[in-house]
Amino acid sequence: MSSVPAKQEPATGDTPPGPPGAMLDVRDLSVTYAADRGPVVAVDHVSFQVDPGEFLGIVGESGCGKSTLLFAIAQLLAPPAAITSGQVSFKGRSLVGLTDSQLAAVRWKDLSVVMQSAMNALNPVRHIRAQFADAMRAHGVRSKTEIADRSAEVLRMVGIDPVHLRSYPHQLSGGMRQRAMIAMAMLFTPDLVIMDEPTSALDVVAQRSLMVQIKELQQRLDFAVIFVTHDMSLISHFSDRLMVMYAGQVAEFGDTRELFDRPLHPYTAGLMDAFPSIRGPRRELTGIPGSPPNLATPPPGCRFEPRCPRAMERCAAVQPELYQVGGTDVRCLLHEDGAAHRDSTGEEKTA
Amino acid sequence: MTSTSEPTANGTALLRTDKLTRHFRIGNALSQQTLHAVDEVSLTIGEREIVALAGESGSGKSTIARLLAKIYKPTSGETYFQGKPLSGFRSRADRLRYSGLAPMVFQDPFASINPVFRVSHGVLRGLKLHRPELSRDERYAEARRVFEVVGLTPADEVLERFPHELSGGQRQRVGFAQALAMKPKLILADEPVSMLDVSIRIGLLNMMADLRDSQGVSILYITHDLASARYVADRLIVMYAGRVAESGPAEEVLGNPRHPYTQLLLSAAPDPRAPLGVGAETDRGEPPKVIDPAPGCRFRARCPLAIDKCHQVTPELSQIRPGHQAACHVAEEGAEVKAFG
Amino acid sequence: MAMMPVSGPTTAPPAGLPDQALPVPTAGRRSQALSRLVRAVRSNRKATVGTVLLVIFILLALFPGVIAHKSPTATIYPRSLGPSAQHLFGTTALGQDIFAQAVYGTQQVLVIAFGVGLLTTGIAVLIGVAAAYLGGAWDGVLNLITDVLLVIPLFPLLIVIATYVQNAGTAVLVVVLTLTGWSYTARQLRAQALSLRKREFLEAARVRGERRMYIVMVEIIPTMTSLIVASFLTNALYAVLFGSSLQFIGLGDPNSVSWGTMLYWAENNAALQTGQYLWAIVPGALIALLGAAFALLNYAFDEIGNPALRPVRRIRVKRAG
Repeated sequence: MSSVPAKQEPATGDTPPGPPGAMLDVRDLSVTYAADRGPVVAVDHVSFQVDPGEFLGIVGESGCGKSTLLFAIAQLLAPPAAITSGQVSFKGRSLVGLTDSQLAAVRWKDLSVVMQSAMNALNPVRHIRAQFADAMRAHGVRSKTEIADRSAEVLRMVGIDPVHLRSYPHQLSGGMRQRAMIAMAMLFTPDLVIMDEPTSALDVVAQRSLMVQIKELQQRLDFAVIFVTHDMSLISHFSDRLMVMYAGQVAEFGDTRELFDRPLHPYTAGLMDAFPSIRGPRRELTGIPGSPPNLATPPPGCRFEPRCPRAMERCAAVQPELYQVGGTDVRCLLHEDGAAHRDSTGEEKTA
Repeated sequence: MTSTSEPTANGTALLRTDKLTRHFRIGNALSQQTLHAVDEVSLTIGEREIVALAGESGSGKSTIARLLAKIYKPTSGETYFQGKPLSGFRSRADRLRYSGLAPMVFQDPFASINPVFRVSHGVLRGLKLHRPELSRDERYAEARRVFEVVGLTPADEVLERFPHELSGGQRQRVGFAQALAMKPKLILADEPVSMLDVSIRIGLLNMMADLRDSQGVSILYITHDLASARYVADRLIVMYAGRVAESGPAEEVLGNPRHPYTQLLLSAAPDPRAPLGVGAETDRGEPPKVIDPAPGCRFRARCPLAIDKCHQVTPELSQIRPGHQAACHVAEEGAEVKAFG
Repeated sequence: MAMMPVSGPTTAPPAGLPDQALPVPTAGRRSQALSRLVRAVRSNRKATVGTVLLVIFILLALFPGVIAHKSPTATIYPRSLGPSAQHLFGTTALGQDIFAQAVYGTQQVLVIAFGVGLLTTGIAVLIGVAAAYLGGAWDGVLNLITDVLLVIPLFPLLIVIATYVQNAGTAVLVVVLTLTGWSYTARQLRAQALSLRKREFLEAARVRGERRMYIVMVEIIPTMTSLIVASFLTNALYAVLFGSSLQFIGLGDPNSVSWGTMLYWAENNAALQTGQYLWAIVPGALIALLGAAFALLNYAFDEIGNPALRPVRRIRVKRAG
């Protein structure tokens, strides 16, 4: 379950399969943008695996590279962005370098994507039924009855009355449209669904009910989910494992509850501390002052160092690797080699 | 509304609205309908206090901000600022003076500053308009002062920058600096942190509390996020579908919510430190668009406690405890209100 | 852009410290803007070519005597000569030096181009933006005027006006072209101003207490610079083409020196049919070149102003194995 990056040769075509059981194997993935002033590495050597039926959350703020990572996995990157190293294997087969027609066999059947503001991705001048039919016909389903039945079934799965198949998108509320997009992603019961901030455009109550729905569906149909969001408190209730990204790199990665109870990376700790509590004692918080680094000229050492309340002298010069502490990976010199160190209370902590 | 005068944090009402209402006509020539964006909202804001106006989209909170900033004219009702009615501010001098006393800070840090000019432009213009007695050097000194107060240091350097050279959080601080330069009594902040990264929000919320303490400014903090409202506000007003659902001291309202909608909002607000207790039946509804509404409580369709009266009579705000009011028939009758969570 | 944190990073930042990592400021304002412009022009191929062409034409117009040593109007040379060392493009059937005519003709064409460009854009900005921002009755009236002019077919209108005026000199041509040309641009600018109207910084200016006219002049118009520059270039192009066309059909002043009048005389003397090709081709080619210069600059400005339109770079992916 850990993801220590090994030095691997990036390869195309069929790769030896990853660890048995892993449905998605991302290794050493890097994405670079050809910007005006020089190349910008938006995703820097990210590795992780997703097991069947697992709910993986990817959390980070704007500019951390989480959306770019998602696009790279789904092979949706377009120039000026491109994958410059690493490997993405789905069910043992590499996705990088496949042509569109080869990808089409995988897309939507085994792997589907729900984008941010997907509710705006619906064609405003056609009703829902037509759009579902389009998607199914594009993947070889011809029979009208089958299309109609399946459309109604997936709508019911997300809690929408199938009578809405006849509606136009503007006749549905924002929450319903988002559910419709998720239903569309379910048409072929894929094994992996990738979601990019599907709830961020919704109000708090609709957000929560949609999350519950997704989790229910996932447990019922047993598909894996990669869920990208900036809302850490929301995802904490639903994900099995959580990956925190910062400035294009993985900062911390491990079991969700572990991460929340004992955040190892100062960024994770700072992030959690930046959420004022709605219940519990009221106290003054500091957030994380400062801004993420400019990825066109990343700093020589740790990328979080300028904002880190626990930075040491070496942090500005040495780039931390991902170290393993128990079941969690953390990119921080404080946990180098799982060595013993003292935290702020003076207690000694070992790996 | 029941005229229980709410004791505010410091006694005097800086701003008071009386049944403020704003409707919009929608539809075409054939079918005219009226959208009730804000209905009969009576609220008060005292000196040196932060009042949070919380609600989801469509609740009317942004419309209230614009009514108070005199961007919209009310359909009916009145707003009193320092005792004087806003409708009486007709002359350009009056309106200018009011806009200096109650300036607005906008939500989108990328759209609320003119990208063509340096960030000093807005502040200096504001000073020129509202404090004409200052000389050019004094204006610049004042611009530097307010930039320092909001934490944009070194002020001289930041003043010379263009908006695209600043981060979202910095741009929002510029918005507050612009407001401060006019020596306001009340800042109308329309979702000032919603579009910022989470790690930056706290810094701005702390700054807002500091403005209240050190500059003596009141702030109307409009938000959809109850947690941040709790963090920074003295009093909390919860809106639903254009009407006030509940209002009172922030801790009191959140600790002892009496309106079922407030309870729903509380139960839906995620808190990472709370245990994983996600219920299976969660309310799925969304706030209604209030078009030509019939009388009755607008929350009745989603409320598990709705009684007959809720379908017939629109509830008014009634006092639950001193300072704490809720517009709910069930709560009014003193019954134990435990709808959600 | 190097990032420089403003306060010490190794201790816990105090609460309330602004969220910033400011870039280091560089040289003064004017030189910065100028060097940015130069860099933009050099990096974009369309801009480079267009600028070079335009500069050449401007130089020709400013210092015609330096390039062409003969008089453009004198009919003293032998008629209908082919190209030679003395007469680079030959002579006309009336004994004039074609090269000299071409060079001196640049003046009038550029005057018309820039004159019409500036005037039409100026009027269009005022009317279009005012209509958008003032709204209401103002918008209605201004729109009516704009639309009426827009609907009238352009070329027939030009012909009617020019015929009425007879022998239209430069000034008249400029006025005629301006009057017929501003409405299209006004519509465009109005549309853009309308979309800008919703931008919050305009609301912020209003809430600040600015007067409406101030907002239009100072807040809106500067943010529309790229569209305004594009309009100028488009109108200049339009002036070159339509102005020359009017002169070609004889509505201009046939005694003036201009590419359009050259075409007029060439046509009158059946230049193409009688083998005097250069007489017709040279002015035509020059019109095309100048038009191309304006068009290229127009595209280039679009690309510079809107990064989404730029040619997309590709990362060269090095894959091992």
